[in-house]
Amino acid sequence: MSTPDLVACTIDGIEIEVPKDTLIIRAAEEAGIMIPRFCDHPLLKPVAACRQCLVDVASPAGPEGKLRAFPKPQPACAISVTPGMVVNTQLSSEAAKNAQEQVAELILINHPLDCPICDKGGECPLQNQAMSTGRSVSRFEDKKNTFPKPLALTPQILLDRERCVLCQRCVRFAAQIPGDPFIALQKRGANQQIGRFDPSVLGVAETAGQLADQTAGDIPAICGEPFAGYFAGNIIQICPVGALTSAAYRFRARPFDLVSTETVAEHDSNGSAIRVDYRRGTVLRRLAGDDPSLNQEWISDKDRFAFRWQAAPDRLERPLVRQGDQLVEVSWPEGIRAAVEIFDSATNPAVLPGGRLTLEDAYAYSVFARTVLGTDSVDFRARPSSHEEAQFLAHFVAGAGLGVSLDDLAQAPAVLLAGFEPEDEGGIIFLRLREADTKVYSVAPFASRGLRRLGGKLLRALPGGEASALDALSSAADGPRAEAAAALKGGVIVVGERLASSPGAYTAALAAADRLGARLVWIPRRAGERAAVEAGLLPGLAPAGRSLDALADDVAETVFGGPMGLTPGLDLPGIIAAAQAGSVDAVLMGGLELADLPDPRAASAALNTAKVVALQVRGDSISPWADVILPVAPPQEKAGTFINWEGRLRPFPQVLTSTALSDARVLQVLADQLGFESRIGELATSHQVFGWLGKPSARRAAPAVAPRAPRPLGAGQAVLSTWRYQVDDSAALDGEPYLAASAPAPVARISAVTARAVGVRQGDYLNVSTSGGTITLPVAIDDLPEGVVHLPAKSPGSWTLVTLTATDGDLVGISAAHGPKEVAR
Amino acid sequence: MSALAPLLTSRWGNERAWTLDAYQRTGGYQALREALRMEPAEVLNTVKDSGLRGRGGAGFPTGVKWSFLPPPDGGPRYLVVNADESEPGTCKDIPLMMADPHSLIEGIIITSYAIGCHHAFIYLRGEVVHVYRRLLNAVTEARRAGLLGSSVMGSGYELELTVHAGAGAYICGEETALLDSLEGRRGQPRLKPPFPAVAGLYARPTVVNNVESIASVPWIIAGGADWWKSMGTEKSTGVGIYSLSGHVVRPGQYEAPLGITMRELLELAGGVRAGHRLKFWMPGGSSTPMFTPEHLDVPLDYDSVVAAGSMLGTRALQCFDETVCVVWAVSRWMDFYAHESCGKCTPCREGTFWLRSVLRRIEAGLGRPEDMQILQDIPNSIVGRAFCPLGDGAPSSLTSSLKFFYDEYVQHIQLGGCPFDHKASYLFEAVTA
Amino acid sequence: MTYDPRTLETLRADAAQIVARYPSARSALLPMLHLVQSVDGYVSPDGTAFCAETLELTAAEVSAVATFYSQFKRQPNGKYTLGVCVTSLCGVMGGDAIYERLSEYLAVGNDETTADGLFTLEKIECNAACDYAPVLMVNWEFFDNQTPSSAVQLVEDIRGSRAVRPSRGPDRLATFKEVSRVLAGFEDGHANEGPAAGQPSLEGVDLAARNLWAAPPLPAAGSVRATPATLEGDETK
Repeated sequence: MSTPDLVACTIDGIEIEVPKDTLIIRAAEEAGIMIPRFCDHPLLKPVAACRQCLVDVASPAGPEGKLRAFPKPQPACAISVTPGMVVNTQLSSEAAKNAQEQVAELILINHPLDCPICDKGGECPLQNQAMSTGRSVSRFEDKKNTFPKPLALTPQILLDRERCVLCQRCVRFAAQIPGDPFIALQKRGANQQIGRFDPSVLGVAETAGQLADQTAGDIPAICGEPFAGYFAGNIIQICPVGALTSAAYRFRARPFDLVSTETVAEHDSNGSAIRVDYRRGTVLRRLAGDDPSLNQEWISDKDRFAFRWQAAPDRLERPLVRQGDQLVEVSWPEGIRAAVEIFDSATNPAVLPGGRLTLEDAYAYSVFARTVLGTDSVDFRARPSSHEEAQFLAHFVAGAGLGVSLDDLAQAPAVLLAGFEPEDEGGIIFLRLREADTKVYSVAPFASRGLRRLGGKLLRALPGGEASALDALSSAADGPRAEAAAALKGGVIVVGERLASSPGAYTAALAAADRLGARLVWIPRRAGERAAVEAGLLPGLAPAGRSLDALADDVAETVFGGPMGLTPGLDLPGIIAAAQAGSVDAVLMGGLELADLPDPRAASAALNTAKVVALQVRGDSISPWADVILPVAPPQEKAGTFINWEGRLRPFPQVLTSTALSDARVLQVLADQLGFESRIGELATSHQVFGWLGKPSARRAAPAVAPRAPRPLGAGQAVLSTWRYQVDDSAALDGEPYLAASAPAPVARISAVTARAVGVRQGDYLNVSTSGGTITLPVAIDDLPEGVVHLPAKSPGSWTLVTLTATDGDLVGISAAHGPKEVAR
Repeated sequence: MSALAPLLTSRWGNERAWTLDAYQRTGGYQALREALRMEPAEVLNTVKDSGLRGRGGAGFPTGVKWSFLPPPDGGPRYLVVNADESEPGTCKDIPLMMADPHSLIEGIIITSYAIGCHHAFIYLRGEVVHVYRRLLNAVTEARRAGLLGSSVMGSGYELELTVHAGAGAYICGEETALLDSLEGRRGQPRLKPPFPAVAGLYARPTVVNNVESIASVPWIIAGGADWWKSMGTEKSTGVGIYSLSGHVVRPGQYEAPLGITMRELLELAGGVRAGHRLKFWMPGGSSTPMFTPEHLDVPLDYDSVVAAGSMLGTRALQCFDETVCVVWAVSRWMDFYAHESCGKCTPCREGTFWLRSVLRRIEAGLGRPEDMQILQDIPNSIVGRAFCPLGDGAPSSLTSSLKFFYDEYVQHIQLGGCPFDHKASYLFEAVTA
Repeated sequence: MTYDPRTLETLRADAAQIVARYPSARSALLPMLHLVQSVDGYVSPDGTAFCAETLELTAAEVSAVATFYSQFKRQPNGKYTLGVCVTSLCGVMGGDAIYERLSEYLAVGNDETTADGLFTLEKIECNAACDYAPVLMVNWEFFDNQTPSSAVQLVEDIRGSRAVRPSRGPDRLATFKEVSRVLAGFEDGHANEGPAAGQPSLEGVDLAARNLWAAPPLPAAGSVRATPATLEGDETK
């Protein structure tokens, strides 16, 4: 007997029960039967185009339920099983086998059969199925369709058209999953091919004096071709033949020579499942892993392609110690000794560990700061931040354990985004939201391309005015705010780290969640921020959400090996100011870039003043200020645990054999040399501490910050809207020029009204200035509020913190620029 | 007994037949007035009872198709007229719309009323610009006369009609491909289910009918189901337009009760051209298996033609005399299908490509003995494997020609060339023309 | 896009009219591509960009559609498209000879345009005029029952700017661009020109009239019944 939600059917004589609406091809997999297929993909809608999966199907029909067979074989990928259905695949039906062999023969007639020189050879569904289902010798002796090879669909994706079997997985992915239809089927019949709009490929005469890439409807990428989105790399992985290959991986290796390790990606706070493939100690590619509750089978291009930074030329192997104006390579004992000297003589040290740490490393910094250095001046936030945010994190995030999950987001009736741009700042969260039926609302200055593709609604707010917008959520009588307020009961409010620049916004978000009956979740950008919060890398915050000043002695014993009694520490701006003033005299730094700090110039001056010991994978970014640099391992050379924004532990193994030490190990050595019996590096201890996650002690006080009053704008003044784009000038892209070139071309977005006021038109250049400097970018007219200018925060030619010392919500000057400015990184 | 029974063709010879004036002078839009007095369900039932079967090729009962629409849910539902007449040999809808566009519009209004549609579309193939002019003009006339718009004939029933020109794609005659095309996409067929009746144009309930089917509707409303059924055969009721072309003395449109034979029609058309005899003929367009003189007495109704091994299709009767090389003709049809295959599914895309290559080679004298096996096998790899009927129909002429003219293919291969003089088939003197 | 402001303004106004015909804007794409051809003589990169911008599509989505349909040209088309039907029936009846003669006469092959930009020669598929075989479509107007010499004469007449009249079409042959504008759904005022039908279309009707053949009379029931024209004797010519 079937339960109501299960359907019983028979496949090749095997009786099986599967959930209602299961496709035959999936049901067969459940029964251990592999039906050959090309176009079928479990996460894409069926098309039944390749016809490789034809099987015999019979269903009970009529009042007596007599089995009635379909007159011809049916595509297993497109038909759901029904009660009593009898399916005979190639294993038990001569007709099905015959049909599959016929299709296999046809699918190969226009294929070049060039497996020996094809990247896919050895892991190719076409190759495998040709062996299992095809003929050993082709009967086709006429002229095949041939194409010049290969075409670059994007800087990192190459297409060999003659290998393509036109299953359309790639174009279906592009249209259905990220909603970036940068490629489509072109032409018809046997001339049909995958492609962009490329006049030379399609044989379209150019309009005189016109560049083909100046096509409206497409956003240009830095490479000049239309922007293909942040997820295009997935099409390489799902291509069932060797038609789509990666520029970075092409001709580099054979699949059977690679060693594969399942691990976790480090580029955002999702901790997406990935697979790393390496050969002879060199990582050659990364692929999406399969985690149905997280990234499914997709990853961002950054997670896929940006891995060479871990083996970049400036990768450090030995410690560096400052001797005069120069950093000189020394032995490990010498390096440790130099660091120990700095900390031994420091009177008021501080710690800036950065936001990319594993839980183990973050915990080590936390304990090292409080016990070895005896300081509470520790702040992981290498970005614009606020005291309100620290209060919010301590109150709401620290120690909370598992909260809202990605599945919850996808299943919520409504999601409200505040200070969070999912496509740029949330990676695959964007894909899950797109897939779901969730209603999306965004408190933002304008409807981004991402929000439009989510079918989301804009609740317009000026940058920095998010608090007022959140406060207004329930009071509005009608319109989208009232609609959002009603929909959010049982929904989720997502707050991003950008709200740190928006006074009162975290306060307002807490209140709104409470008032509307919505859940709340904080989604930071970086992989290590949640672990940093849990490890207590904020002033006054102990691990697992315990308050440092209220830490019971027994707890302090467990965590720090003894009772505390520290004076309250400084946060990031405080540390920088104090170092500049000379009161903080030594700084321990983890992997962070000064360019990401709220005031890079002040930070530079401060670190020039103080002694700096830096634990770094690479040497470039802080080197000029560091006095001692101790090399540490990148993620692929150590094991560890990220905590993703859900609060889920994402442990990962060491991928490559390496002598590089984790931050925690280096800190352990330093602690030992400094004469402390600390428990850093003892995993058992940290795991005991993190057993407290989700069992918070008394909650710390919530922030109570009032919204900022509206600011009048003077002539030529505007409010800056800015955030980091998913693919930008991040150091994570170092060594990966193909990925960098796929980024959207930076533009300054302003409204038509603002443009008129400034005297610029679409495509003209706009100066955006502060006393710190000027950014000049082409103008793109968009639906922004009057007096707001949007810039990418760290894209080529637009580093807002470095050039303007300005962030989201700050006031800037805007004016027409004369002539294009060289865009340089 | 009348051999012919012109109804749909009856106005074509009238002075300025395409105008509203001319149409109304000959009873036009009277059936609409009648229909508007009836309940929509009554109109639907009349058409259902008439037994009218789709005139676009498949022969599905029109009224039954309408009745598949789900109950109204307050949202829009659409009628889309398939005027993409592109099946080789088929040439009835184009002259109908050129000469008598209002008969189609009247049928559209009645049908829309019956199915609860307020926005109907005519999807016309784009390669017949004068027909498009006539349709646009007729819609303008009808709108001005209050036959379309916010209150059809003052009844309060509202109907908008858009005439849409395609752009050259045979596949758009397939109803789901037509819908995708009408939505501004590549005309590639959709996966069914859902069927258009449930989720068609803009994913709303939609009826797609052929021009001739819809143009028959006013006659059925005017004469009633029984009157319509008094013509034709029991299962193929009414009249239909038979299109004779090729090597006949008077090619053209002959409207007759369904069930007339090719022998009768040939006689009406003056027979095969002087001094020649019929070699083979296509009963329903190039997607239907060919017939030979032995099939001249098959009644040309839906079921009899199937029983004789082919399909009535669009009653596009293409006649070829003994001068015609069957390999040449079949090769050209394969050119057509390979050119028109939309490319979506493997069997049709690759299979027609392969067969085209082989047939061209054989006709050019480069055939090989093993090609005969390919010609027999590959159609079986397409038929019943392809996504839509285009693939199923593509090898029909080839497969049937192998049945009747196998030796002619072998002869090509053995001879290393075509044994026929193509010029002998021309309708003009090759030398002086 | 490189359209001058006036052209762009006109295009936008026309496109708005086209979009207004449909419940969903994307349905306007095919007519808009015809419209682009009426301006550029083919689906140019400019036109592709214009359609993409208007309908919020990517250029790849627009070219996906444009390259699917055989009426959309990728190279600037001649002022006149000579489409010779070479599908089996017309081809066998002489279409092949017509095509060969034209190709030789114009010194261009399939889908090629004469150097003076006047003619594009094209092999076309069945155009639903089989009873008028062999058929030549010039700018998608019917030129019925052609021979090689009649086709060449037609070309010479066009070259010599002599009046050319389609068999079943308007009084004057329109240009490719003009015809493209009609296909975009803009009436050109020539609908009332030309015959209702050619003789083959009327063979059956005429024969029936001569033999007094007709469908059974309509039953008298109902207050208003249509009267078939065939029963009114002389109405049919």
